[in-house]
Amino acid sequence: MTEVSTPTGPAIVVKGVSKRFGDLEVLHGIDLRIDRGTTTCLIGPSGSGKSTLLRCIAFLEEATAGTILVDGAPLGFTEGPDGARTRLPAPSIRAVRAKIGMVFQQFNLWPHMTALGNVCEALRTVRRLPRKEAEERGMAQLRKVGLENRAGHYPSQLSGGQQQRVAIARALALEPEILLFDEPTSSLDPELTGEVLNVMRALAEDGMSMVVVTHEIGFAATVGRHIAFLDHGRVLLDGPPEEVFGAPRHPRLEQFLETYLDRGAATLV
Amino acid sequence: MLDFGLIIKQMPAILAAFGVTFGIWIVSMLLAAALGFLVAVARRFGPKPLDWLLRAYVEVFRGTPFLVQLFLLYFGGPYVGLSLEPIPVALLAMTVYGGAYFSEIFRAGFEAVPRGHVEAAECVGLTRAQILRRILVPEMTMLVLPLCVNMAIVLLKETAVLSIITVPELTLVIGVIGSQQYAFVESMFLLALFYWLLVELCGVLGRWSEAKLSRFRFAPS
Repeated sequence: MTEVSTPTGPAIVVKGVSKRFGDLEVLHGIDLRIDRGTTTCLIGPSGSGKSTLLRCIAFLEEATAGTILVDGAPLGFTEGPDGARTRLPAPSIRAVRAKIGMVFQQFNLWPHMTALGNVCEALRTVRRLPRKEAEERGMAQLRKVGLENRAGHYPSQLSGGQQQRVAIARALALEPEILLFDEPTSSLDPELTGEVLNVMRALAEDGMSMVVVTHEIGFAATVGRHIAFLDHGRVLLDGPPEEVFGAPRHPRLEQFLETYLDRGAATLV
Repeated sequence: MLDFGLIIKQMPAILAAFGVTFGIWIVSMLLAAALGFLVAVARRFGPKPLDWLLRAYVEVFRGTPFLVQLFLLYFGGPYVGLSLEPIPVALLAMTVYGGAYFSEIFRAGFEAVPRGHVEAAECVGLTRAQILRRILVPEMTMLVLPLCVNMAIVLLKETAVLSIITVPELTLVIGVIGSQQYAFVESMFLLALFYWLLVELCGVLGRWSEAKLSRFRFAPS
């Protein structure tokens, strides 16, 4: 595994990941490679398993089979040559998870903390930084998302777009290697999605490794360097946007894109 | 004609009884809230058998009248070697009774904290204890505050029941004065006034703290 842990190796390797909820298998042996410094967009119809895959990478769901390597290190489980899985100890899981930041569809800001408080929380309680240093770093992250003048506001005093930008700043505070986004604009009014997508675009240009589950096909096509189209728990198409969206299109993708065009919800390449 | 003069003369005794009611109310409320919190945390994070045991406790003490619990503890206690003075019995009974209700309030409060808020905390590396302390408890508190004010009012009015085990609180003392002076209506009127004043005080404090916490309200999303 030494060759993948060099800084030039892939950020995330997903190998044969399956996820089962009771009798329902929602992911069937997913293989995916997320390259460092690029944006990968996971698209697909609802129920295709794209959010579940992302949540497995964030270790919010535990995959029932397969392995996930983050920066070369196994996340949660190691798999022996005979396929037997061993759960890793909690500190090791936390250490690997620390490389990952997560942004949720519902923002999930803590309502009893200010914007700055949300961003600084992990710096204070996990990293144990002194207040002053944590706040300086927190302010730097808020500046990055253009909200330094809202530091003292509570989430209830912010618009949805601003809340999501604070959530991005919070995810960035621990300086993760990889940022995961789970439908980051799906609960926003259309006029507020732009400000969030702009922040994400800027992060992509800065060379952040990102995995984005999105219905914003336009964003996926322009910012994504890598598109994975999931359908019924399998990766159906996987490649650069020109290849995935270019003609001739896979009939399932064609069908999926048509529902978007019907609703006029996205501009297509 | 109502005549409050006879009762007013007994004011020092009435104020002393007011002090007893107030003291038992505040102390037992704090103890009940603490007990309820521990029960709620144990049921959420503890092993399954403990959850069943505590659930039985809650069911029993919510399912029987406070009057009966108090009687059993005071008159039945000596049979199992638990002979206590009226005031300690009062505090114990109120705490155990209130604790059952408080634990349900807190349990519902914990469950009402959105799952995603906990997931966000897990993602930035907070441990389970840190999530409880930094996320769950503060969010739960602001959700359950109105219910806690309600519970405080219920407990205050239950203190009147303590008169039957001769705790020298307001209902007992004013009742005795009323019958000695043949001023039943006046005494009951005064008694109602005292409870109502305390309930109002409670309501004012509740509204004040709710206003303080209102800026933390869950963000619309």
